[in-house]
Amino acid sequence: MAEMTMIQAIHDAMRQEMERDERVIVLGEDVGKNGGVFRATDGLFEQFGEARVFDTPLAESGIVGTSIGLAVNGFRPVAEIQFLGFVYQAMDQLAAQAARLRFRSAGRFTCPLVVRSPYGGGVRTPELHSDALEGLFAHSLGLKIVMPSNAYDAKGLLISAIRDEDPVLFLEPMKLYRTFRMEVPEEPYEIPLGKARIVKEGEDVTVISWGASVPLVAKVAEEMKEKVDIEVIDLRSLQPLDWDTIYSSVSKTGRVIIVHEAVKTNGFGAEIAALISERALFSLSAPIVRITGYDTPYPVPSVEDDWLPNAARMIEGVQTLMRY
Amino acid sequence: MIDQNDLRIEMVHLLDENGNGEEETLHSFSDDVLITLYQWMRKARVIDERLLKMQRQGRIGTYAPFSGQEAAQIGSVLALDKDDWLFPSYREMAACLAHGMPLTQIFHYVRGHVLGGKTPAGLNIFPIQIIIGAQTLHATGCAWATKLKGERHVSVCYFGDGATSEGDFHEALNFAAVYQVPVIFFCQNNHYAISVPIQKQTASRTIAQKALAYGMKGVLVDGNDVLAVYQTMKEAVQMAREGKGPVLIEALTYRLGPHTTSDDPTKYRSEEEVERWKRTKDPLHRLRKLLEKRNIWTDTQEEAFVAQVNDEVTKAYEEAASVEAPSLADIFRYVYDEPSPLLYEQQQEVIRRNRVKEGK
Ligand SMILES: Cc1ncc(C[n+]2csc(CCOP(=O)(O)OP(=O)(O)O)c2C)c(N)n1
Ligand SMILES: [Mg+2]
Repeated sequence: MAEMTMIQAIHDAMRQEMERDERVIVLGEDVGKNGGVFRATDGLFEQFGEARVFDTPLAESGIVGTSIGLAVNGFRPVAEIQFLGFVYQAMDQLAAQAARLRFRSAGRFTCPLVVRSPYGGGVRTPELHSDALEGLFAHSLGLKIVMPSNAYDAKGLLISAIRDEDPVLFLEPMKLYRTFRMEVPEEPYEIPLGKARIVKEGEDVTVISWGASVPLVAKVAEEMKEKVDIEVIDLRSLQPLDWDTIYSSVSKTGRVIIVHEAVKTNGFGAEIAALISERALFSLSAPIVRITGYDTPYPVPSVEDDWLPNAARMIEGVQTLMRY
Repeated sequence: MIDQNDLRIEMVHLLDENGNGEEETLHSFSDDVLITLYQWMRKARVIDERLLKMQRQGRIGTYAPFSGQEAAQIGSVLALDKDDWLFPSYREMAACLAHGMPLTQIFHYVRGHVLGGKTPAGLNIFPIQIIIGAQTLHATGCAWATKLKGERHVSVCYFGDGATSEGDFHEALNFAAVYQVPVIFFCQNNHYAISVPIQKQTASRTIAQKALAYGMKGVLVDGNDVLAVYQTMKEAVQMAREGKGPVLIEALTYRLGPHTTSDDPTKYRSEEEVERWKRTKDPLHRLRKLLEKRNIWTDTQEEAFVAQVNDEVTKAYEEAASVEAPSLADIFRYVYDEPSPLLYEQQQEVIRRNRVKEGK
């Protein structure tokens, strides 16, 4: 075991998969010589050379679109979109092409590729660097969506994503890249996609979250534990979704809060709330609460901390639920 | 078969590195024009260095310095009329300032204030573009409107070498040429897109030649030669105004500093390379030489001028800092013309939270 940050774990996963399987290649803007703007691919260019690590032209649609062709023809591309806000440039290639290839070829072709991208707020980036856009892609069936919240999960999930036969969007909360270290096994390991993690068990309230918001939720749950027994679920992947874990928790607590950074309207929290009301309505003893970004574009640095879900809003949400 | 190696592409170049050039050509630039160009470049350099320093002190956010690219920006923007349209990226603070953007506005932007993108009324400058290449299409559409309305502005779109790889760039050039609209695509080829050198960005020998594929005119200019840039831009603008279609200008230049304040350029380029550009190709240096030869600029003037710009920077910073800090509640006003009822509710929630936070 070694103590690692999330960025080191992500790096480790890519390096080990490249060592294990020569079909794995890495491409994107500044991922080669520069090692990525967050250094996620640091040293891969030196280790694997320019036939496996590519500093591509500055073109997101090009990066994802050619990854589809590379994947169809025998490679396992791990493509990087430098910040998730730039993924709009690749929207057609991801949502309409990669997502649908298996479907429209009736299974003849698949594109096992991974698109990694940093996202998430609170780090004072320029415009369009912080947006949480998972909801857009959750609407593109055929894509898998994975969103780790810590180093251990990041490594195991990324390895699974690279080995997966379907296209995977792997979203990395940039705020958590270096905020804390944890024990991460040195050898490669997989964490199955579609299995949530119970971060903390509890009896009173279920808080469901993923990616960037998980540490906040866990912290508040810990701080409130004398008064309220909160169960914290980290979904880890939105597609596939671990309904069973949600269901057993909701059946136990009867109170639900969903926390995500993305805007509220049509955010993935809405889908979870709908599923619960379809399948577990009578387990609920209170309305479902969503704590999310507000319904505006992601704002400028001077107000972003108030825009993001924070402890005050979460505590208020818990207190509201406990009145029922 | 057409081969790019058969193309003859010459770079427009008027002033060499020691401030020399063809007598007659140089003569066509009045003292006033030379001094204005120089003062703007010097001013831009001082501002850039101050902003960089302020970022290091934590007084402003992430910043993309432009030092080294002053000639390209100032030479091109001073060739415009005040009501011409500008579509800048994050690198074009110098062009924005010289086109009339107040320095306080720049401070709002780099301090992450809600008003950072709000160009003062009367100025035709689009909000700074972060998405590489996206503004090429906006400039084309804006110029299209000018043409449809029978007006006479031109639209000028600034972008870097890296931007020429984006699909938007190619669609913009194509539309512009198909509709023959008055837009100038001004590419500052500073040799790098963050860490990626131009040789990895394109297999074309020049960016200027890409114009040919779209049936428009292209020109390559020494982007560190402010006179060459100014003259080339004047010609392009005149053509565009006369309805002779769009132009792609490639200005060959170099960014002396990091890509942004979060970048470490030693990862991808050598100190010697940077030194070489600094020593021999600084755009300010060669114009300064010419001014000295004409006896129209002295060290004393320079000192006084730099001091005055420094004062301006300090005042602008203080003015920007004294503007009331924005509140989250403000941003809800700018999502729609009229907020929806649910959005209005969210705004009220934020106002209530602010009151609680302030203990009211
Ligand atoms: C669509 C998009 N992709 C990626 C980025 C990240 N990024 C910011 S600047 C930059 C390089 C731009 O290079 P260039 O066009 O040459 O302009 P320069 O920065 O050199 O002025 C990149 C990749 C972005 N802002 N937008
Ligand atoms: Mg560049």
